[in-house]
Amino acid sequence: MDVVNQLQRQFIDYSASLHREGFLDDQFTQLQKLQDDNSPDFVVEVASLFFEDCEKLINNMARALEQQQGVDFKQVDASVHQLKGSSSSIGAMRVKDVCIAFRSFCEAQNREGCLRCLQQVTHEYSLLKNKLQTLFRLQQQILAAGGSIPVVE
Amino acid sequence: MTVEQIGSEGKDQFPIGMRVLAVDDDPTCLLLLGTLLRRCQYHVTTTSQAKTALKMLRENKNKFDLVISDVHMPDMDGFKLLEHVGLEMDLPVIMLSANGDTKLVMKGITHGACDYLLKPVRIEELQNIWQHVVRRKKKDRCNSGSKDKPHPDSGEAVGIGNVDNNGKLNKKRKDQNEDEDDERDENGHDNEDPSAQKKPRVVWSVELHRKFVAAVNQLGIDKAVPKKILELMNVEKLTRENVASHLQKFRLYLKRISCVANQQANMAAALGTADSAYLRMGSLNGLGNFHTLAGSDQLHNAAFRSFPPSGVLGRLNTPAGLGIRGLPSPGTIQLGHVQNSGNPTNDLSKLQSFVPGNHNTNILQGMPMSLELDRLQHNKSVGHIGELPTTDSTTVFPGSGNLVDARITGFSNNPLLGVTSNSLMLEGSSQQATSHTSVSAIGFQNGNALSDFTSIAPASNQLQDSKAGSQGQASPINCNAGQIIRSAPQEWNAPRKDAPYQSHALINSSIPINSAMIQLGQCLDRNNSIFHRTTDLDLVGPLNFVDPLSIKHGEGDNSIMEPSVIEKEGYLMFQPRPHGSHVPDNIGSLEDLASAMMKQEGGCNGYSLRTSI
Repeated sequence: MDVVNQLQRQFIDYSASLHREGFLDDQFTQLQKLQDDNSPDFVVEVASLFFEDCEKLINNMARALEQQQGVDFKQVDASVHQLKGSSSSIGAMRVKDVCIAFRSFCEAQNREGCLRCLQQVTHEYSLLKNKLQTLFRLQQQILAAGGSIPVVE
Repeated sequence: MTVEQIGSEGKDQFPIGMRVLAVDDDPTCLLLLGTLLRRCQYHVTTTSQAKTALKMLRENKNKFDLVISDVHMPDMDGFKLLEHVGLEMDLPVIMLSANGDTKLVMKGITHGACDYLLKPVRIEELQNIWQHVVRRKKKDRCNSGSKDKPHPDSGEAVGIGNVDNNGKLNKKRKDQNEDEDDERDENGHDNEDPSAQKKPRVVWSVELHRKFVAAVNQLGIDKAVPKKILELMNVEKLTRENVASHLQKFRLYLKRISCVANQQANMAAALGTADSAYLRMGSLNGLGNFHTLAGSDQLHNAAFRSFPPSGVLGRLNTPAGLGIRGLPSPGTIQLGHVQNSGNPTNDLSKLQSFVPGNHNTNILQGMPMSLELDRLQHNKSVGHIGELPTTDSTTVFPGSGNLVDARITGFSNNPLLGVTSNSLMLEGSSQQATSHTSVSAIGFQNGNALSDFTSIAPASNQLQDSKAGSQGQASPINCNAGQIIRSAPQEWNAPRKDAPYQSHALINSSIPINSAMIQLGQCLDRNNSIFHRTTDLDLVGPLNFVDPLSIKHGEGDNSIMEPSVIEKEGYLMFQPRPHGSHVPDNIGSLEDLASAMMKQEGGCNGYSLRTSI
């Protein structure tokens, strides 16, 4: 019980900090609410999909921006747009914010700016991935200890 | 869940169990969306490919109640999918995007989306999307149910009138975008709505449309009211509402093409013949349009939409499909398809194919059929119309009201469009004398006309020259592509009077409209013999699409429309036929359309609206 409580408290604190730091926003909470007995791993599933997608998109963007001949900004923009969509769907606020800035650079066809944003996006994505993995680990520990995941409002 | 089940259970449980098709290329979003929808207790099918989605929808129209689609997708633009769905299946479509730009939202709405949601989607928003399904069904029900009271939604009788009421109509249309859908449903589709609000659907077959146009002609476009038309038509199970909404579409169509037609008395004359031609149009040797129509689902959607406003043709294309829509072929949509043949950008080519009236009669035939036009009109056309710069919607709308309208609206913008078919026709006719070819190309091309318009312009010039040389008729044909379309409507009128209008029709497109047309008409007379055959086609008004290419031919080669042009879209209704031969069939349909349109526009002189519309 203590263990469970402890873990749960840890979980709540960690969640709160993620929200506070802007890694996650309300959308993530919504996702958590969607998780239920019918889809117990829903959040983890969505997050995994997001990570995969994110990596793919980042690669696309990197490739497009590397083109020496001429950067296809449209393509980059398309990828950024999609990343923006998926990050906002999962609640990855910081990633989404970078995407917004990224898009304006794309529109301005500013390669330097785009590259900078790409770096930022990659950075934010890694950070988020780590944090979420920590969070999920906590969740698993709670469940393993017989407890239930507290709902963080 | 089967429709029936849903129907029976739906009433009680709806919106629970509502069948939603979700399309999004982003797996994260798709999973989220699917989960949210399931949480709302809908029955969800997800796919990341728009093409797959379309396939599923086409397999069984009754399988889904609602479609939610992302805007940015790699394999197909969300708006395109939206158009397709709206045209073919008439299902409510909700757009989804991370981008909430007002422009995009506007685009979505004008393309017929019943809602536009922003990502990330909240469950609260999804919990209410069922209202769109209900609303649509209700409209359908109202449309089909209330017999004698003008249903505002259906826009029947209300403000449907002459061109004068355009504003009103247009407004109505816009306001009733969804209503139109309902109307369309009423008329053209087999209703598949699961919510047990069955509405009898009327399929406007060629025959039916012909009767309709005949009735309208008899009454006079100004005096044609649904009730009287209904009486004249004397068709069982046809309700006043059906007629009213069909009339509305027809009128829009005419309006579109009327710009051109107004001046052409000939057109009117031509139109008269178009009626028969119209029918024949269907038989037109598949200029390809038809076939394309049938085959190219995309076309019509794409065509419609894709046509760039610039192109009159662009619009026409889709509208070409207009006439085509009606095309009996594989579902009115065919027209749409035809249009796409090239992609909207091709516009002209597309249109040409559409030119329902034109050669490929098919198009026209299709037109009267299902009120696809309605739909088209409604959704697309409305949206399209805006796009089309052309003013004459009528031009686009060749006799075949149905499709033409829808399409025509699109076309109408393109003056060329409407005219194309007609103009082409005319051109052909005039050419006939000397080298009609050019003309014929025009008319026939209807479908092509659109895209060709641009080309027509130059062609028309050529035609003119050729014409002038040949018969002196050419002169009127100002071949201005733009004008052509406009003139097309006129042509319809004009030729009609004179004689084988058909040729006029063609000319319309190529003919600089008005004056040209008339002249053409006259010229056509000479050619009448030639065109007579095609009368049907000529009118095809919408067929105006007449390949601009064909118009080009005016130069003296009879082939009028450069066969290449025609083939472009496949539609090419207009087969570059040697004099006289051109216009065949297509013209007929064009005539119909033309007449229809002309009447609407009020400009059509004596234009006998062939029911084609």
